[in-house]
Amino acid sequence: MEEVVQPKVYVRTCIALLVLLAVTWSIGYINLGPFNLIVALAVSIAKAIVIALFFMHIKGSSRILHLAAVAGVIWLLIMISLTLGDYISRGWVPLNH
Amino acid sequence: MSISISPASEEAFVGQQFDDIEQQRDAAKLGMWIFLATEVLFFGGLFLGYTIYRFTYGHIFVEASRKLDVLIGGTNTAVLLISSLLMAFAVRAAKLDQRRALVGLLAGTAVLGCVFMSLKGVEYHKDYVDHLVPRMGFKWEGADPGNAELFYWIYFAMTGLHAIHVTVGIGIMLVLTLLAWLGKFSHGNHNTVEIAGLYWHFVDIVWVFLFPLLYLVGHR
Repeated sequence: MEEVVQPKVYVRTCIALLVLLAVTWSIGYINLGPFNLIVALAVSIAKAIVIALFFMHIKGSSRILHLAAVAGVIWLLIMISLTLGDYISRGWVPLNH
Repeated sequence: MSISISPASEEAFVGQQFDDIEQQRDAAKLGMWIFLATEVLFFGGLFLGYTIYRFTYGHIFVEASRKLDVLIGGTNTAVLLISSLLMAFAVRAAKLDQRRALVGLLAGTAVLGCVFMSLKGVEYHKDYVDHLVPRMGFKWEGADPGNAELFYWIYFAMTGLHAIHVTVGIGIMLVLTLLAWLGKFSHGNHNTVEIAGLYWHFVDIVWVFLFPLLYLVGHR
């Protein structure tokens, strides 16, 4: 039989995720200008990390699983940053929003 | 040799290409994580398109986003987060060989998936009634209707692709519920439940990003 995590770890994880959802939701009603996007993204990234660490057991798993988990995200960041860089340098994306 | 291998022991589930059950579990998890990395890129194309158009037509995206039902979207986020909790407990029950708990938790996960899809259906119908579906009676009173329609194209493409993933997940959960009920995952044979759990949690993560990016562009 494999080692398992205490049930309270999962319950706390879920409570933390619901609290973060409440943060995202309530921030949506406050005008923070460009920070609405930044806060929303920061909270979403925090939620994704919490889910991966505790629900998907990245915490305590082997290094090669960490690598596989991070690889997709790194390629996504490369794709978005290079494409945005191209669009912005051609002046196709206005930066005054 | 004094070691006897009964059909009920873990060794019975080890494929001949693996040294032991530990190696088999590691291989299954690694394979699933690599698949999830390709899923990140699959959704990534849509996130890239969203990013470019959001920066290009930011103002109209804020206006268009305000017409979406944030109550249904937010409730659905909570539904998926709680379904992920049940899924995590299901994997735990499988590891502990608790068959009855496993059947209940897998079925519960499937039910919450169905709740998500039902709410999504209600929301899509509401969007249709409100003339927000592109090419199907789309009407926009404000300025720049073309780019408002573009926002809804992106909204339906992203939530639609996600909904397909949830539907597949519900199907997987129902099959696993049946197999668990038949006792297929007992005595350490819980790989399938664990990697199905990874898929379910991934679909949850995608929605965690979709909710603020689609429903809460700018502020309300």
